[in-house]
Amino acid sequence: MRGLYIHIPFCKSKCYYCDFNSIIDNAIQDEYIKALIQEIELYKEIKFDTIFIGGGTPTILSINNLKKLLLTIKNFYPKEFTIECNPGTLSQEKLKLLKEFGINRLSIGLQSIDNNILKSIGRIHTFEEFLQNYYWARQLGFKNINIDIMYNLPNQSAKEFMNGLQTVLELKPEHISCYSLIIEEETKFWELYNQNKLNLLDEDEERYIYKKINQLLNKYGYYQYEISNYAKEGYECKHNIIYWTDEEYIGVGAGAHSYFDNKRFNNTADVREYIKNINCTKTARENIEQIDEATHISEYIILGLRMNKGISVLEFKNKFKIDINDIFKKEIDKLLLEGLIEKKGENIRLTEKGRDLSNLVFVNFLK
Amino acid sequence: MPSDRQKKIRNFCIIAHIDHGKSTLADRLIEKTGTLTQREMEEQVLDTMDLEKERGITIKAQAVRLVYNDENGEHILNLIDTPGHVDFNYEVSRSLAACEGAILVVDATQGIQAQTLANCYLALEHDLEIVPVINKIDLPSARPEEIKKEIEDVIGLDCSDAPLISAKVGLGIDDVLKAVVEKIPCPDGDEEAPLRALIFDSYYDSYKGVVSYIRVKEGTIKKGTRIKLMMSQKEYEVTEVGIFRPSFMEVDELKAGDVGYVTASIKNVRDARVGDTITEALRPAKEPLPGYRPAIPMVYSGIYPADSSDYNDLKEALEKLQLNDAALTFEPETSIALGFGFRCGFLGLLHMEIIQERIEREYNINIVTTAPSVIYKITKTDGEVIELTNPTNMPSPSEISYMEEPIVNASIICPSDYVGAVMELCQEKRGTFKNMEYLETTRVMLHYEIPLNEIIFDFFDSLKSRTKGYASLDYELAGYKRSELVKLDILLNGDVVDALSQIVPKEKAYQRGRAIAEKLKEIIPRQLFEIPIQAAIGSKVIARETVKALRKDVLAKCYGGDISRKKKLLEKQKEGKKRMKQIGTVEVPQEAFMAVLKVE
Repeated sequence: MRGLYIHIPFCKSKCYYCDFNSIIDNAIQDEYIKALIQEIELYKEIKFDTIFIGGGTPTILSINNLKKLLLTIKNFYPKEFTIECNPGTLSQEKLKLLKEFGINRLSIGLQSIDNNILKSIGRIHTFEEFLQNYYWARQLGFKNINIDIMYNLPNQSAKEFMNGLQTVLELKPEHISCYSLIIEEETKFWELYNQNKLNLLDEDEERYIYKKINQLLNKYGYYQYEISNYAKEGYECKHNIIYWTDEEYIGVGAGAHSYFDNKRFNNTADVREYIKNINCTKTARENIEQIDEATHISEYIILGLRMNKGISVLEFKNKFKIDINDIFKKEIDKLLLEGLIEKKGENIRLTEKGRDLSNLVFVNFLK
Repeated sequence: MPSDRQKKIRNFCIIAHIDHGKSTLADRLIEKTGTLTQREMEEQVLDTMDLEKERGITIKAQAVRLVYNDENGEHILNLIDTPGHVDFNYEVSRSLAACEGAILVVDATQGIQAQTLANCYLALEHDLEIVPVINKIDLPSARPEEIKKEIEDVIGLDCSDAPLISAKVGLGIDDVLKAVVEKIPCPDGDEEAPLRALIFDSYYDSYKGVVSYIRVKEGTIKKGTRIKLMMSQKEYEVTEVGIFRPSFMEVDELKAGDVGYVTASIKNVRDARVGDTITEALRPAKEPLPGYRPAIPMVYSGIYPADSSDYNDLKEALEKLQLNDAALTFEPETSIALGFGFRCGFLGLLHMEIIQERIEREYNINIVTTAPSVIYKITKTDGEVIELTNPTNMPSPSEISYMEEPIVNASIICPSDYVGAVMELCQEKRGTFKNMEYLETTRVMLHYEIPLNEIIFDFFDSLKSRTKGYASLDYELAGYKRSELVKLDILLNGDVVDALSQIVPKEKAYQRGRAIAEKLKEIIPRQLFEIPIQAAIGSKVIARETVKALRKDVLAKCYGGDISRKKKLLEKQKEGKKRMKQIGTVEVPQEAFMAVLKVE
């Protein structure tokens, strides 16, 4: 498996919780798309099984730019072809275009069904607009749709959230990503948080919701395959799984990350800088890190454990020609004892508690 | 009668309160006399340790020979740079004893401060001629005339022709040099008499062995002289004598009146301690120079390697530091919580911090240090008297007849507006008021007797914060006093952590126990399970806090393939874990052991 990630770093406005690489300046869209296409051309001989167009807000692109971009990538014929969409930037015309060019998976950012909350976290749309977009997509025949929702948002009670989740479930999406709010640096929420102006749930309530989400989603036939991701059987996001299972991926566009040929690297994050670099030198790569064996092993474990099925001791041995216990016996024993990981058949995986405290587990496997 | 040679020599030091510009003035004097070229100059030339430069303090004494020409020809000015901190008072007194005069630097914006006075009185005790100099007159808030009057009123020095200077911008430096030559007497002493040379500093050099900084009072010393140290009674043969330019420059001999250095293949600074007198082995002087006393530690603290496998490295580091620091003492001790380490004795808190920082920086050993303790005297019911330097070793109350703790005479100078705040602080710190005097209408000097235990317990920081930084403090040990003291234990997860035990005055035990428990709650990160924190006296728990169990990660995001960021965050978390000490099942950050000092 190999994935291609395409980053569209533009938004109409910045959501208060978001620290992803995006800018509001849409005047340089045309230039950016030109550079992006140049970069994608470099990889045209490579076979990609998945493509993921993410952002920012990919659907903010004009029909024209969207078309140019899709024309460039249509010949990759990926098995899974996802685009992130945000209500408020979608039209039937755009959706039609996406469908025509073979996009077979939509990931729609809803975040909340409560219009007041949507407004208070800086979203530009209402729940009704989302519904409209969702129905259009179904009408046009999109059969694999993810809905992003968030919990632990300011001024949102556990009950309100669970009611909202119920509403989302009635829409029967194939996949649900459910993120607990993280206050990231350099966001508006960070500022408010430090001024003590965010009314958030206490930790116990937050964990309570997390458990409730699991129960409810299981009841509706979704299973959790990663810390924040739930899907109906067979609808897991293949592209994301690539990240967590040591498969290769190329990221194109400003700030995009790649793992290819035993190296990790990323593109420069500044959008103008990216355009300039591509135009002058055809590449915007920086921070090239050669992944040596020890790093490889540690990443394999840390990323693999994010998946609910965990890592297979057998596969590990086949891949690295060494028993995982020969390297991490002490750590594994300690974590088993602490109840953070468990053995299930051939696999080592996080327990429920371990998923809550995954970083505590992961640090043990840093090289 | 001074010889013609001696008439051309001036031996002097600079005394000042911290930050009044002592080192900067020294730099200017060096520059002005062409001792170093502009290119060779770097800020604070005489402060050679990185630590000294960073903290802006002088830890070790230094010396430099300046050559100054005026209409009467060439003069040799030996400048001895002294440490400025109360911890190093004895070193200061030895440096002063090596001089005939002192430049008193007073900040034109701040006036006389506690250390100005303390050092000034010390200089007067040594009969030094004091040349007052008003510094920082370039600052807009400078008030040189008022400050001059203050010096005249408080210390009784004539300031009518005191140089007004700015060491920073190089203003008035010539006046200082002129005043040194005119006002400070030249040395005397019979060059033919039996040798008597005062050691005012010693340090260990891995090539030369111990290098002793000396002032020759009588006689002559040269290469090959068989010498005897009158206190340590050890004999050596001189391998080199020289002067400071400011780096070492070998000369044929040093005679009465000279300042220089001597090496004699001495292996340890303990054998050539500050204050000792060097004489000739074959023709010894009758009496050593007066004023010798060995450095005595005032506070003790435990130093442990964070990683127990560093024990031997830590031992070696302490041994090496001790080569250079006769005041540092250490002996092995064992803590249930921290494992194998050392009980170390220091002159004071600054000395302690410096040693700790040097171990971490120069020897690259990650250490855990326990809260400092003073030396308590315990008289047991069976009449035995013990000196307690580690709270853990306190006998059970039933075996104790009574306890005594060290008391200091503290002098605090502050603007009169803050007298109330300072008095309140001294009260809280169990101080006994002695008297109060006005230095000028708006500034006051307060004298208190305060237990040393309270001084090391965050006194200076509190004093600074309650007086907006305007107060200055100086103190000296005044003896021992009976006190009601108890041992306060801290329990984590039900177990006593010996390294956190403290001796506290009985009347403050409850308050302190609560404060420490609260502080530890802030410092100890949440872990997999709930951690009760208790403060107890004997078996009686007096305060309790709980660190709640960790429920979830604060950083879990790992999307969009940015694995590097996630790894960096994890590595930061791992780094944080490394700074923890595992005590039983609880991970305790290293700063917790010192933080018990910073409560209230």
